[in-house]
Amino acid sequence: MLNHVNIFYYGDIPDAGGSASENNKNNFAEVNWPLWEVFIRSKQGLDHKHVGSLHAADAAMAIENARDVYTRRMEGVSIWVVRSEDIHASNPDESGMLYEPANDKVYRHPTFYNIPDSITHM
Amino acid sequence: MAQNPEELFLEKIEDEIKIEPRDWMPEAYRKTLIRQISQHAHSEIIGMLPEGNWITRAPTLKRKAILLAKVQDEAGHGLYLYAATETLGVSRESTVADLLSGKAKYSSIFNYPTLTWADMGAIGWLVDGAAILNQVMLCRTSYGPYARANIRICKEESFHQRQGFEILLTLSRGTEIQRAMCQDAINRWWWPSLMMFGPKDSESTHSDQSTKWKIKRQSNDELRQRFVDMIAEQVKVLNMQLPDPDLKWNEERRSYDFGEINWEEFWNVVKGNGPCNKERLEARRKAHTDGAWVRDAALAHAEKQKNKQRAA
Ligand SMILES: [Fe+2]
Repeated sequence: MLNHVNIFYYGDIPDAGGSASENNKNNFAEVNWPLWEVFIRSKQGLDHKHVGSLHAADAAMAIENARDVYTRRMEGVSIWVVRSEDIHASNPDESGMLYEPANDKVYRHPTFYNIPDSITHM
Repeated sequence: MAQNPEELFLEKIEDEIKIEPRDWMPEAYRKTLIRQISQHAHSEIIGMLPEGNWITRAPTLKRKAILLAKVQDEAGHGLYLYAATETLGVSRESTVADLLSGKAKYSSIFNYPTLTWADMGAIGWLVDGAAILNQVMLCRTSYGPYARANIRICKEESFHQRQGFEILLTLSRGTEIQRAMCQDAINRWWWPSLMMFGPKDSESTHSDQSTKWKIKRQSNDELRQRFVDMIAEQVKVLNMQLPDPDLKWNEERRSYDFGEINWEEFWNVVKGNGPCNKERLEARRKAHTDGAWVRDAALAHAEKQKNKQRAA
């Protein structure tokens, strides 16, 4: 239990005297629409960028919902949706190992080379 | 050399590096976030009800369109936050079920009724105003998805506060009855708005883990004071009064002193005995139950389309 977190904040309302019982909770649990990740191109010429996720029954509905949730103020000109379960991600615990090969190759950066100041346009 | 995950986590917090969903985090950090973000989400969703109450009765077509857009924004805020909650490993269904069963809490401010059109103004100005102070702080919270949700919310929220103030400004320049309506709404919403910031800092006897983890970066009293200082100035433009005889500029503190909040009322509403607690939950349950066939039909349709594609 979380008894060391005792201060209450706005958006963190005390649990005192809830009107619910555990068993009536199950009445509302149900299988829902799958989760989708949403990517939006904010204007022509830019990459699609991840903006968040939402639930929808299928791709067409996911795009429509993405329009309503993520582009109410003209934030996008193009929307991609991908089922969240189809996204494969690198493991943050292995990020040390994963990026290690790039770590000792400073010579891949232009600043590694000493060129006389008199040389321009390089 | 090899650090344990907890040290690594605390080092990130120390260095202002955001924690992302797949990073290791203490179980208590995860639980605190699930609780706080889902309560925030529920508040946005329940918050649509008191204002939704006035959409059909807005005085002009312009005000109706504005209010509709604002309430739609609140739905969006709820969705950004539910999505952030899901990144912590709880399903949307179980989060929503907690709200509907009455197990989860939401901001008590939405358990007060909206009696007149002026309440739309007071909510935008005071309630959204208080929420903005909190959300601006949360843009810098240590958990990445929650910070990003708040950044998105804050971009949209300033229109909410401005439209509310404008409603009151219009009323304050109107007839005597309109001015009285304006003052009445301020009278009723002022104290509940102050309660939105939560109990006094001195109420906390235990160590404040939320601040150490940088989930929260300012205390309830700090935010509340900033709110009072802001509103006490703005109310002058409306030529109205805040219903607090103890409200007074304190030259020494360069801040406003204000009266004692009725904490008994605060706890009473938290415990479920506010004027509208039952009504709000009933409305959400009804919407959920009435919408069940739509969710089922959409799923069935998606399934059928998939089978058709497979057959082809
Ligand atoms: Fe909001």
